[in-house]
Amino acid sequence: MAEVDPQLLDKIQAATRAAWHAADAVQAYAEQIAAGASAASGGAIDPFIFRLAIFALAVIVGYYVVWAVTPALHTPLMSVTNAISSVIVVGALLSSGIDPSSGNDSGIAHVFGFLALTLASVNIFGGFLVTERMLSMFKKKG
Amino acid sequence: MLNGNIAALLYLVSGILFILALRGLSSPETARQGNWFGVIGMGIAAATTFFYQLPWGFSSFLWVLLAVAIGGSIGVWRARTIEMTAMPQLVALFHALIGLAAVFVAASALYAPQGFGLGVRNEIHGSTLFEMSLGAAIGAITFTGSVIAFLKLDGRMTGNPILLANRHAINIGLGILLAVSIFAFVPTAAHLVFWLIVLVSFALGVLLIVPIGGADMPVVISMLNSYSGWAAAAIGFTLVNLALIITGALVGSSGAILSYVMCRGMNRSFISVMLGGFGGETAVPAGTREAETRPVKQGSAEGAAKILLAAKKVIVVPGYGMAVAQAQHVVGVMADILKSKGVDVKYAIHPVAGRMPGHMNVLLAEANVPYDEVFELTDINPEFPDADVAFVIGANDITNPAAKTDSSSPIYGMPILDVEHAKDVLFVKRGMGTGYAGVENELFFRPNTTMLFGDAKKMVDAIVKAMG
Repeated sequence: MAEVDPQLLDKIQAATRAAWHAADAVQAYAEQIAAGASAASGGAIDPFIFRLAIFALAVIVGYYVVWAVTPALHTPLMSVTNAISSVIVVGALLSSGIDPSSGNDSGIAHVFGFLALTLASVNIFGGFLVTERMLSMFKKKG
Repeated sequence: MLNGNIAALLYLVSGILFILALRGLSSPETARQGNWFGVIGMGIAAATTFFYQLPWGFSSFLWVLLAVAIGGSIGVWRARTIEMTAMPQLVALFHALIGLAAVFVAASALYAPQGFGLGVRNEIHGSTLFEMSLGAAIGAITFTGSVIAFLKLDGRMTGNPILLANRHAINIGLGILLAVSIFAFVPTAAHLVFWLIVLVSFALGVLLIVPIGGADMPVVISMLNSYSGWAAAAIGFTLVNLALIITGALVGSSGAILSYVMCRGMNRSFISVMLGGFGGETAVPAGTREAETRPVKQGSAEGAAKILLAAKKVIVVPGYGMAVAQAQHVVGVMADILKSKGVDVKYAIHPVAGRMPGHMNVLLAEANVPYDEVFELTDINPEFPDADVAFVIGANDITNPAAKTDSSSPIYGMPILDVEHAKDVLFVKRGMGTGYAGVENELFFRPNTTMLFGDAKKMVDAIVKAMG
C-alpha cells in the first residue's frame, strides 16, 4: 500500500469538517428564511408564487412549442399568437360588467371596459380569421 | 354565477388549448386544426367570464353586444380584405390593439377594482398595483411602437431611420422617469401618476421604433409581438387569471424566439437592431464609395425565357421586391409552365426575406405554390451547384457573396443563399441600386449573371409571354 502523508489526512479531515459545518449553517439559514416567508404570508405559501410558477412553466412550454414550429409558418404563428393574446377580452368583459351607476369612478371604468372589449373583439375575429385564410392556402403538391 | 374555482379551471383549459394551437403549427397538415383549438380556447375563456359575471345588467349587456359587434365586424372585414403582401402591416396594427386594450383594462381595474375582485377603491394591494402599472407600461409601449411600425411598413412614414440628436440620452431619461413613476405609483395608487406612466410609455414606444430602418422590421414586428405577450401576462397577474398568464407567457416567448431567429438571419445582435440607424428603404448614398463603372450583362425577357426553358433545374429566390410588385402570382404561373415542360422548380427562402418572419412562404402559398417545393436556407443551399438557373426576384443582399468573403462589409457573416453556385443567375431588379445594407453585390458583374431590369411583375409577365 502506498504511503499516505499523515498531514494530508489531517487536512482532508479538517476540510470535511468545515464543509459539514457550512452545510449545517446553510440549512439553518434556509429554515429561517422559509419560516420568515411563511410567517409573512400567514403560514401558507403566497398565491403569487403559484402564479409565478405557472408563468415560468408556460414560458418554458412556449419555448419548446415555438421552436418546433416550422419556419414556413412563422407568419401564421405571429397572427395566431396575436389572436390568442386577445384573451385579454377576459379583463375587458369584467370591466364591462361593472355597473356604471354604482358610484365613484365606475362610469369611467365601464367606458374603458367598452373600449378594451371593442379592441379585443377586432383581434379575436380578425386574428383567427386571417390565420385560417393563410393556412387554407398552404397546399401539398398534386 | 359560476363558482370561482370552476372558472379558474376553465381558464386553465383554455390556456392548454392555446398551447395546442401553437403546437399545431409544427406542420402545415395540423396547422388548421391548431387554429381551431385556439378558437375554442378563446370561446371557453370568453364564455367563462361572461357566465361568471351573471347576472348582467341589461344596459351593460347591450354595451357588450355593441362592442363585440363593432370590433367583430372590423376584424372580419380586415381579415377578409387584406392583401397578403400587407400582412406585416395588419399584424403590427393587431399588436397595437392588444397593447391599447391592456392599458384600458389596467385603467379600468384601477378606477373600479371592486369589479375585478381586487378590493375596494384606493385600497388595492401593492403588488397588484405594481403588476397593473407594468401591464399598462408595456401595453402603452407596444401600442405606440406598433403604430409607428405600421406607418413605416405601410409606407405612410419613411422607412429610413429617423435619428434624433441625443436619442439614447432621451430614452434613458424616459426609462428612469418610467421606473420612478412606477415606484411612486405603487404606494399611492394616484391616478395622475398612472396616466404619467402611460404617457411616458407612449413616448418611449415612439422613440424606440422611429430610429429603426425598414429592413429591420422583421425584428421589430417580432419584438412587438413579444411585448404584447408580456403586457397580457402582466394584466393576467393583476387579475389573477390563468388563461391570461399562460397566453402572455406563450406569446412573449414566441415573439422573443422569432426576434432571435430574425437577428440570426441577418447576423446582427438584438442590441444593434434596437439602437437603430441601419437599413433604410432606399440605398444609402455612400459618398466614399467609388462610382461603379464596370459593365453588367443585361438580358431581355425573351433571352431569360430561353435560358429557363433550357434548364433542368431552376431555383427561384424571392425577396421583398417580389411582394412590393405583387409578382407572386405570375411567378407561380411561370413555374407551372416550366414544370409542365419537365423542369424541376424549387423555391429558396431566406429567413429575413420579406417584412416579417415567414412572409415569403405565405405569398408563395397564395400563388398556389405547394409548400413542399419551398425550402429553407440550410436545406436548399447544397442544391445550388446542381441548379442550371437561380432566378432571383426582388432580392439582393441575401445573395451577396460579400457576406462570406469581405470582412469589412456591413453584411459580413450574414447567412446567404448560395445562388453564385448555379450555372446561370438571373436577377430581376428595378435598377442597379444597392440593397438595404448599401453594399454593392459582386454577383451582378459575374459572366454567368444576367440582369433583367424592370418591374418584377411586368418582367415575369413578359417572360411568361415569351415562353408561349
